[in-house]
Amino acid sequence: MKKTYKIEVDCANCANKMESAAQKTAGVSGAVVNFMTQKMTVEFEEGADASAVMKDVLSACKKVESDCEIFL
Amino acid sequence: MTAKQKKMLLRILVTAALLVALHFVPGSNGLRFALYLVPYAVIGWDIVLKAVKGIGNRQVFDENFLMCVATMGAFAIGLLRTGDYEEAVAVMLFYQIGELFQSYAVGKSRRNISELMDIRPDYANIEIDGKLVKTDPDEVAVGTVITVQPGEKVPIDGVVLEGSASLNTSALTGESVPRDVKPGDEIISGCIDMSGVLKIRTTREFGDSTVSRVLDLVENASSRKSRSENFISRFSRWYTPVVVFGAVALAVLPPLIRLASGADPAWGDWIYRALTFLVISCPCALVISIPLSFFAGLGGASKAGILIKGSNYLEAMAHTGVVVFDKTGTLTQGVFEVTAIHHSPLSEEQLLEYAALAECASSHPIAASIRKAYGKELDLGRVSEIEEISGNGVTVRIDGKSVAAGNDRLMERLGIPFTPCHHTGTIVHMAIGGDYAGHIVISDKVKPESAQAVAELRDAGVRRTVMLTGDRKAVAEQIAGELGIDEIHSDLLPQDKVSRLESLLETKSGREVLAFVGDGINDAPVLSRADLGVAMGAMGSDAAIEAADIVLMDDNPRKIAKAIRISRKCMSIVYENIVFAIGVKVACLVLGALGIANMWLAIFADVGVMILAVLNAVRALFAGRDDG
Repeated sequence: MKKTYKIEVDCANCANKMESAAQKTAGVSGAVVNFMTQKMTVEFEEGADASAVMKDVLSACKKVESDCEIFL
Repeated sequence: MTAKQKKMLLRILVTAALLVALHFVPGSNGLRFALYLVPYAVIGWDIVLKAVKGIGNRQVFDENFLMCVATMGAFAIGLLRTGDYEEAVAVMLFYQIGELFQSYAVGKSRRNISELMDIRPDYANIEIDGKLVKTDPDEVAVGTVITVQPGEKVPIDGVVLEGSASLNTSALTGESVPRDVKPGDEIISGCIDMSGVLKIRTTREFGDSTVSRVLDLVENASSRKSRSENFISRFSRWYTPVVVFGAVALAVLPPLIRLASGADPAWGDWIYRALTFLVISCPCALVISIPLSFFAGLGGASKAGILIKGSNYLEAMAHTGVVVFDKTGTLTQGVFEVTAIHHSPLSEEQLLEYAALAECASSHPIAASIRKAYGKELDLGRVSEIEEISGNGVTVRIDGKSVAAGNDRLMERLGIPFTPCHHTGTIVHMAIGGDYAGHIVISDKVKPESAQAVAELRDAGVRRTVMLTGDRKAVAEQIAGELGIDEIHSDLLPQDKVSRLESLLETKSGREVLAFVGDGINDAPVLSRADLGVAMGAMGSDAAIEAADIVLMDDNPRKIAKAIRISRKCMSIVYENIVFAIGVKVACLVLGALGIANMWLAIFADVGVMILAVLNAVRALFAGRDDG
């Protein structure tokens, strides 16, 4: 299952860091961060609970870039 | 400017003012140290905070940390040696100016590009009680009648009920040639009604209409990263640790060597150089400008009516060396016409009648042309036992008699001797009751722009052009000769096209890309097999938009060359930025290591490179403008 979220991130480097952090989160099988359109597309693993996983993704991203936002 | 950006601007101005003021304030070293901490705090508190958080999250080596180390080091040098604290604060100040500019420039470019691509209509007019009410297009249900007045954009796909008008399709196709519509015609959203009032019954919802789908496509295209973008990501991931170790080595090794050889270690000098080194090293320019170049390139292409579904396809298109065309509908108009009837014992009209009845169920353009030539209404009750044999023709029973209509292969299959034709064109042999009844010659017209399109492709660097067709060799050869195409493969059954394409793929050289151009409707397997699938004339065709990697909204074959030119221009901008950013960085790093560059120059170089890279990236938006 794929879902797209609006995000707010200031620099392209931070967007890259968010992408790696999201990809490493449990329950995420793939993630792409598009800095230009300020959107993040996450593909969830089978049977994963999207809203719970996204909370983990958000805290993982906040660790690498405290200034970022994901609008869940 | 956003609120965040305005706050930053204020901080920058305050810090600059404080710096200027403090320049004229005398005092002891300790006092000046304390005084300069004020502007430093104003401009740098969030960087220090982020650096501390970073260490806490085990993200030690990021930009914020580097900046803190560099500026605190500069403060230390000031305290211990020079008494000059301006540099430390100035470094932080310039860094924040750079960050602000980056945020502003990228945000503005992004908005400009998005606005340029925003062809979405904002409202739909619905007639309620005799008055036109502006409604949110999202709320219009399928089957509603909407009204479009002259000057307005058509908001939703539908069928024209009343009125006729001339439409401006440039928002979708980039061409200003108008299209006319009348009642009964399908009409696409995104077109501008130039002349008459139209009443349209919607056939889709707003989100499903062409204009929304085109916008989604273009917007999501930048999520498919190109190889260049992936390279930059990986590069910046190992770049930062390498630079940090380099800086540490720079700070520590030369002094140690000097100490060992008995000379004055000059720690201060080398630490200063190491700090400058760190400051110069930020890879922002590279990381920002490359995605921005692709974004601008995708946007510029979509303005020209060329929809590219991913940055990776944009990149691939620039390396196109072989272009394979499907003949019908791509190079030719796909509008067949009956041009002659030969050797028939029946009258022309009678033969056409049989042929039209035989082809009554076929959707092939050849069948349509036969029906058109016959012109009269068909009594389908007379037709039974329709059997369509792919690549051969059709056999039916008309008024009880067995009738066959098809090509040489069909006649051979049925064992009916036929008279071949020396005219070029598609031949439909007719057999009635087992006897040969003559043949109908049908010709397709080559598009007027096709010859020029092929020539332009060659100019754009395409090495080889190939044409695939199910038509006869004679027809294929004549058209290829007319257009200047290098290679032809004719008499292909639909399934042959895929295998023919695969053997063509094997004849590629090196990194060459093979592009296949078709009309998308019946070319889906071939489109997906090619390196690049290009669908033409896709306005309104969902199947084409789905199956292809690159979608040309109108059916002008010259657009293919234009797409290649745009992608080449975009890629050259990308490479320019990569070379420029990395080159200038390395040069500055060397200068910094040698002690020739100081921190002022360092920050200036960083910001300057970034500004230039962003401006260069935005040029990609105009890649499609200059040519015709």
